[in-house]
Amino acid sequence: MSVKVSMTVNGKPVTAEVEPRTLLVDLIRDNLRLTGTHVGCDTAQCGACTVHVNGAAVKSCNMLALQAQGATLVTIEGIAAADGTLHPMQEAFREHHGLQCGFCTPGMVMSAIDLARRHSNLTEETIRAELDGNICRCTGYHNIVKAVQAGAKATRS
Amino acid sequence: MYQFNYHKASSVADAAALLTRNPEARALAGGQTLIAAMKLRLAAPPDLVDLAGIKELSGIKVDRGTLTIGAMTRHAEVAASREVLQSIPALASLAASIGDRMVRNMGTLGGSIANNDPAADYPAGVLGLGATINTNKRKIAADAFFKGMYETSLEAGEIITAVSFPVPKRAAYAKFKNPASRYAIVGVFVSEGAGGVRVAVTGAGTSVFRASQLEKALASRFSPDAVAGIQVSADGLNSDIHASSEFRAHLVTVMAKRAVNAAIAGK
Repeated sequence: MSVKVSMTVNGKPVTAEVEPRTLLVDLIRDNLRLTGTHVGCDTAQCGACTVHVNGAAVKSCNMLALQAQGATLVTIEGIAAADGTLHPMQEAFREHHGLQCGFCTPGMVMSAIDLARRHSNLTEETIRAELDGNICRCTGYHNIVKAVQAGAKATRS
Repeated sequence: MYQFNYHKASSVADAAALLTRNPEARALAGGQTLIAAMKLRLAAPPDLVDLAGIKELSGIKVDRGTLTIGAMTRHAEVAASREVLQSIPALASLAASIGDRMVRNMGTLGGSIANNDPAADYPAGVLGLGATINTNKRKIAADAFFKGMYETSLEAGEIITAVSFPVPKRAAYAKFKNPASRYAIVGVFVSEGAGGVRVAVTGAGTSVFRASQLEKALASRFSPDAVAGIQVSADGLNSDIHASSEFRAHLVTVMAKRAVNAAIAGK
């Protein structure tokens, strides 16, 4: 049995036929072919699947596509400018080498953007505490923290 | 995940009717526990009734010494709410300590207490503040709500609509968390208010419980020293790879001390 689900993804309206049990991340990756959103642990711990639903960072592997019915979604593919200019947070991750293998990076960037929006003055301590839902198994946290701090500053300026 | 039928409820009455018509159905709140359990096939309800579209289930208000939080209010909203920070800051900090940011953006108060995980944070706040659970059928005192492991006094077709917390004189929550899951290995919520001193413990037993020994000591003197010498019995407490029952018993006293200190400091 499939049902129709509609939402706005990266500014474009999308409609898909899914089973009720289809996870949001599977809709994003398999139906919409937006494979920048990753499935790491698949148990809502690692944060590689982080996307923004109505402006809030959520783990798309731990919610149903139907829970996002009518919502506005932004994935990692939707944050750079139309001409390809990187989002300031992406640019900061590049500049500070806030990645090693890169698998966790889309989730890290999506969480970092959400974090930068909510705090006007991001300390290293706050970044480390608030990024606890994103795991980097290369353990490259030090540069990630530097990147988030720089990215947050650049986003505001 | 096994197949199921999805229903989006438009009102509390609609949700109650759907749940009554489908006795095996489960209500879906934020889904941060239920979806994960269904993915692991630990839960396989044939029907899910999504409560997220019911507007009256969300919101926060303070009225004459009572803070009322709608059942579908997300943890992140409670953590950041000016009303909660002003009336019961301990509850805001408890909400901020649940899971991680993304989980807090989805997880709800009603979902947490309806699930009654033995290591969840909200049951400690609800019991520790002597809150009242409002449902579509009745009002349930926290003391009568939490029945046992994953068990509450909710009946079939009964839906939590809101929780009303009496604003205490002071309160605090101290949690020794599992660093991976962020669930409480032991969490202690302490409050002092019109109803006296209440101490609720999560993570240590099969379900949240009140520590009467600690309550008595704090009622005579609200100070960390009053509980420092109390040895809680390890009998019946949880024991697993993370902590033995003896360690958990010890942590109850340590977390109670920290909570009392924080309550006195107003943090």
